[in-house]
Amino acid sequence: MGAFESILLTVITAATPLLLAAIGELVVERSGVLNLGVEGMMIVGAVMGFAGAQATGSPYLGAVFALLSGMGMALLFGFLTLHLVANQVATGLALTLLGLGLSGMIGEAFVGQPGIRLTGIDIPVLSDLPLVGRLLFGQDVLVYLSLILVAGVSYVLFRTRAGLIIRAVGDNHASAHALGVSVIKVRYLAVLFGGACAGLAGGYLSLVYTPQWVEGMTAGRGWIALALVVFATWRPVRVLAGAYLFGAVGILQFHAQAHGVGIPSQFLSALPYIATIAVLVIISRNRILTRVNTPACLGRPFVPDR
Amino acid sequence: MRLELEKRAERSTAMALLSPVIAITLTLVTGAVLFAALGQNPAVALYMFFVDPLTASWSLQELVVKATPLILIGVGLAVCFLSNTWNIGAEGQFTAGALAGSMLPILLPGFESFLTLPLMLVMGIAGGMLWGGIPAILKVRFGTNEILTSLMLVYISQLLLDWLVRGPWRDPEGFNFPESRVFSEAATLPALADGRMHVGAIFAVIAVIALAVVLMKTLKGFEIRVLGQAPRAGRFAGFSRNKMILFAFLLSGGLAGLAGISEVSGSVNQLTPVISPGYGFTAIIVAFLGRLNPIGIFFSGFLLALSYLGGEAAQVTLGISDKTTRVFQGLLLFYVLACDTLILYRIRFARPGVTAKGA
Repeated sequence: MGAFESILLTVITAATPLLLAAIGELVVERSGVLNLGVEGMMIVGAVMGFAGAQATGSPYLGAVFALLSGMGMALLFGFLTLHLVANQVATGLALTLLGLGLSGMIGEAFVGQPGIRLTGIDIPVLSDLPLVGRLLFGQDVLVYLSLILVAGVSYVLFRTRAGLIIRAVGDNHASAHALGVSVIKVRYLAVLFGGACAGLAGGYLSLVYTPQWVEGMTAGRGWIALALVVFATWRPVRVLAGAYLFGAVGILQFHAQAHGVGIPSQFLSALPYIATIAVLVIISRNRILTRVNTPACLGRPFVPDR
Repeated sequence: MRLELEKRAERSTAMALLSPVIAITLTLVTGAVLFAALGQNPAVALYMFFVDPLTASWSLQELVVKATPLILIGVGLAVCFLSNTWNIGAEGQFTAGALAGSMLPILLPGFESFLTLPLMLVMGIAGGMLWGGIPAILKVRFGTNEILTSLMLVYISQLLLDWLVRGPWRDPEGFNFPESRVFSEAATLPALADGRMHVGAIFAVIAVIALAVVLMKTLKGFEIRVLGQAPRAGRFAGFSRNKMILFAFLLSGGLAGLAGISEVSGSVNQLTPVISPGYGFTAIIVAFLGRLNPIGIFFSGFLLALSYLGGEAAQVTLGISDKTTRVFQGLLLFYVLACDTLILYRIRFARPGVTAKGA
């Protein structure tokens, strides 16, 4: 396996958790809800994914655990912001703080334990093709799932009636309500979808990226996923591009460290965070671009009047 | 059964006072259930967590030491949140303040005069303001989301601290431990009484009083509130949203920086790779539990400080993980936010299909 090929493979593993979390949050924000708790849902997904795999012996069931736990966290968020119209920014922060605490407590027993890796699939003949074999046909299921999700979300949002309703709710909840759409129900479903994706993204970290449990192992990836949605101006395909770009930045610093480039490792580790700020600035400089694409009701609570 | 909200004619003053109390009660009840699930006697565990630390003089002092940064940061954040500015990177501003203030005793250890401490404090405040100023300027100049940029700067500041204490600022006589040199007497905040409490506590009290006066008695306080609750009305009144963003970030950043240098100079006395158990994030909870009111924040700061001490005590005596502290803190914020709904709304349960009349 060539060096270039191995770098590409690691970029895919670094990009997938970002992609999963960001595509979920994109749907949430398209429905007009800002859930800043991605980091919290992700870290709970990571620890529950690990725990699930340990308990059942199957990394696939672990991934299911991760997905469900992300949804559970999202349900909490939904109840507060949709039912009790609590401030979305503050509730999202609460979700992150609670998630970091819960995961630390649950995960204490798992520190230092070897994990169970969710391995790549192996298609006879195809996976053995030179150059592209491993790259295209030897990934794990979650990588393919993340790509299918991008296509699916893109199709549903812009080509189906359901997508039209989601966007209508996000852009003008009062009108959507007047047309008989249940704003709260649509938003609940979107928030739960976002939670499932974030949970799965966390599971990816503890089952594939580094199959073990380390406290705080999401290391800000949930926040980077949030930034990716802004960077992508709420477009699924651009989220895909952004996630792979950031996956590449993450891997770049990793390889630079391994090859002993004369830069302190802390500076290289800071690269993804600096890059996040940089792309946010670049994208927000174009105010028209962001204003046109931002869901108009993003972060605004909805209380149906009777 | 369906849950419905009914808007109150006006804010309920009773609920404004009661909601934090209800939230704390709910957190304690949940805590009891949690401890029972962990196989502990809930009554004993809660006692260890929330009462035992209040029974010894040394732990009361420790309580003040921990409440100091929480209150300093919390009152600054209150100004941000009241004006609808979202600074969630106080942890980074805390670290930046600690770094900037520590430059003097680490790089110029020979400089010992009555000026050392005041200079360190000023530099600490400036460091926090600088770190808080970055997201504010990006927001004002380019419209960049301040939540995400201020948070990214937390990670960057922590890596910067890590690099400094392992690299250029490592104590030359420290046997290669990742620690800076220990601060000299002249660079140490004096203790209050005889123990761990230091002068930082007085800064916190001053900040509480000053901001209480500003928020309740001055035009600036009015401006903060108006821009937060009714930005359009604020614009008509001639208040500038951009100036408010800068003001809120510089103020909260400066206070977080002061908290950082006070903690390092008064309590830790040197730089280590980790200088805060998440004070900057916990202060967000402090601000909300205190209802964004400086006096309220004074009390909630002590409660959250107690949760840190309780976690340590419960770990030592009962073997409960000290991670429960953060679970408690997260739960508390959840309940606070949920209970705040009661101030503006009445909650009623309706049967499906039946609509509430006369709402």
